[in-house]
Amino acid sequence: RFSAVFIFSPKQAEVEETLKRIQTHKGVIGTIVVNAEGIPIRTTLDNSTTVQYAGLLHQLTMKARSTVRDLDPQNDLTFLRIRSKKHEIMVAPDKEYLLIVIQNPSE
Amino acid sequence: GRPQHSKMYCHPNDIFPLTLTSATQELFGCRCDEDVTGDNPYKILRKEDIVQDMRMRAAVSDFSPVKQLVLDYPEDELLLVYDRDFIYGSSFYLVLTADAKERHLKPVVALGVEVALECEPLEVFAAQKTSEPQPWISLGSEQEIEEESVTDSRPRYRISRVRREFGAPIFFSDRNAMETKDGFLECTPYQDKNFSLKQMERHTGVQTIPNLKSSSTQTQWTYPRSMCTQYEPREFSEEEKENCLQSEHLKNLVNSVASRFEIAIQQNEIMDVFFDDWKALSEEDSGYGRKADPHLKEYQSFTDLHFSKEKTISNINWHPTINGVIAVAVTERLSFEDRINGSTKLLLNPSLILFWSFSDPINPQLLLECPDDVFSFEFCPSDPNIIVGGCMNGQVLTPSLSLFLSISLLTEKPTCGVVDIYSFSLFHSDKVSRMGVPMENRNGICVQIVTCAPDCCVMFWDIRAPRVLQTMADQRKQKVEEKPLENPHGVPNTFKHLDLTWKPLIRVQHISYCKTQLQLVLSTTFCPQDGELVYTDWKLEKDNDSGRLFSAKPSHRFIIHDGQVNTVRRSPFFKDIILTVGGWTFAIWKEGVMNGPIIQSSCSQKKCTVGYWSQSRPAVFFIGKEDGNIDVWDLLEKTHEPSQTQNITATQITCIKPWIVSSKQHLLAVSDHLGTLHILEIPWTLRSPSSNEKLSMSKYFEKEVDRLVYFEKRREMRAKEKKDSEAEELRKKMVRYSI
Repeated sequence: RFSAVFIFSPKQAEVEETLKRIQTHKGVIGTIVVNAEGIPIRTTLDNSTTVQYAGLLHQLTMKARSTVRDLDPQNDLTFLRIRSKKHEIMVAPDKEYLLIVIQNPSE
Repeated sequence: GRPQHSKMYCHPNDIFPLTLTSATQELFGCRCDEDVTGDNPYKILRKEDIVQDMRMRAAVSDFSPVKQLVLDYPEDELLLVYDRDFIYGSSFYLVLTADAKERHLKPVVALGVEVALECEPLEVFAAQKTSEPQPWISLGSEQEIEEESVTDSRPRYRISRVRREFGAPIFFSDRNAMETKDGFLECTPYQDKNFSLKQMERHTGVQTIPNLKSSSTQTQWTYPRSMCTQYEPREFSEEEKENCLQSEHLKNLVNSVASRFEIAIQQNEIMDVFFDDWKALSEEDSGYGRKADPHLKEYQSFTDLHFSKEKTISNINWHPTINGVIAVAVTERLSFEDRINGSTKLLLNPSLILFWSFSDPINPQLLLECPDDVFSFEFCPSDPNIIVGGCMNGQVLTPSLSLFLSISLLTEKPTCGVVDIYSFSLFHSDKVSRMGVPMENRNGICVQIVTCAPDCCVMFWDIRAPRVLQTMADQRKQKVEEKPLENPHGVPNTFKHLDLTWKPLIRVQHISYCKTQLQLVLSTTFCPQDGELVYTDWKLEKDNDSGRLFSAKPSHRFIIHDGQVNTVRRSPFFKDIILTVGGWTFAIWKEGVMNGPIIQSSCSQKKCTVGYWSQSRPAVFFIGKEDGNIDVWDLLEKTHEPSQTQNITATQITCIKPWIVSSKQHLLAVSDHLGTLHILEIPWTLRSPSSNEKLSMSKYFEKEVDRLVYFEKRREMRAKEKKDSEAEELRKKMVRYSI
């Protein structure tokens, strides 16, 4: 007998689906999932760029979060958007992970 | 004589020291220490007695020195004082004046002379009564009196007038004080020190601080040891990544933040809130204000009387790395027949490639002598010391310039000579009319060249072997060539089938390349002489029968231009837009759109001889004309005619090549049929792209493609309609006939 094995659990498929949905928006250049230490887990960009983004944004997010919490200890960072001349970088921090999306707003 | 004391004593004027002998002393009753003592030294002598004594004893008298003084003495009695201590040098002294006598007799405050005086009041009064007026001794009191008195310090001014002018009206006139010297007295301000206050007291606060001292130390590097650290980022293995991706936590996170991301992304998609419309407007306007002159300005022009006289320039190339160096290939201005007729003369005249440098407009820097007229040459993009040239007689030359260039550009003298020419012997039966830019292989080093010639051959060459040019068909060729330096037998004659379909004398004029990698498909276009454009794939296919590689048939051909197509160029901004110039028109093509050119110009008055895209503006390109004009086309401004026309030279323009020196200087090299190379400067309006120019151009091209497609559809529809209507008519006819 042959039984098919699903590679992804339904919830996992949701994660992939969501990330793909975000990736396919107009202007989105790349999506990166980073763990709490700055090690990339999943990415759509090439390795060197990913590593660079992960390291730098991880530090920046930590700094931003500590700033917010210093100002008000009961507050916390929920979303970080960095607008530069060429791109917009969006970071969603979490205790264990970091989600990074890079978009080019003006095409 | 009288005993004289050796010491001279000063004595006041009103006494006279006398020495009296004892006889005189007895006579006058003033014996020392008997009649007169230290306590009572005074003796009053009568004048008459003294006079008598002097008469009696004459010169011997002790009083003879004072004879006259005694005679002059006004009073009757003289005072003789016993000088016991010899203060004045003698034992006695005679007081000569009356008030001195008074002084002696009265008690006085003496300076070294102690005089105890017992005076009688009567005598004092008598002395006072007879005081006579003395001459006034000034003690300085007249100065005070003078100060107090009021006198004129200067002479008084008198102003007088004639009597008849009394009461007459006075007329004043103006006078400029500056006219006459000393016309006015100035009271210049000065800083009076009296008024500069010196603050003697001040209230300030004082605070003590701890004593601060800064210092630094440096540790001593006792054991110098080189060390370095190399690091690389941490990465997860695939399994770990999978684990993380599977985790619950991540799933929840992604699901929760996805909406936030989407909102943000959509915000950006809808509108760019940071875009400053106002500023963007101004960028376009500023082009009108400054540097309104849109003309190409002549920057420099090179012509050599010696080497480029009677010749024309067939190709120009800027040196890829050295700034300001441009190479031109000069060829004889002869038609084919003339060439054959005058071939002997041609042999004497060397054919050259001249290198010009901006620093020296008169002498070319380097002359490369070639065995024959070079029609086309290119610098190798990866190694600018290598030039590949295609000659009149079909040879391909690659002199290696490295040694030569460094020497000649330093000495700035035109040097003739050739270094290391490697040439093929006559692989093309006719002249090599165009060279291809060597293509790159995966390492970015150019190892291949493509040549094309009117003998209907397009050949690929591999120059990878050092110093020895070998031929190679392509990288997948199996057969190795026996004679490496000889004809490339192995190269498939790509145009074999063309040979059969077209007339034999086909000139393949130009090739442009896309810089894709060798392994991939190389597609290119080229155009034969009678205005046709051929589009084909370079990928060599394997013929199943013979095992040989051959190239596919050309996929499309178009006849658009009415004359020889001389330019096929890809746009530097759009990889699939190609400009072709030939005959009296030019056309713009888009790769993939096989219906026809997306833009085609109307016929111009004069033949278009050459065309080139602008390097910095996607919408601009230059067309050179037969009459020496350059048409500058700006597709965003006008599409039916050139945006400006400028006359550069009197004869036909043979080649145009632009070059970007710096962001402020863009140059255009234009060569003409007379052998002169003009370097023009591209003005700001033609070199600086407007904002979104590339976007606008791509939209424009899309629109044109849509138009083509639409027309194609309409054509089909019309054809179908026509067919339908014909069928209908035929049917009607049939019906009529059948009836």
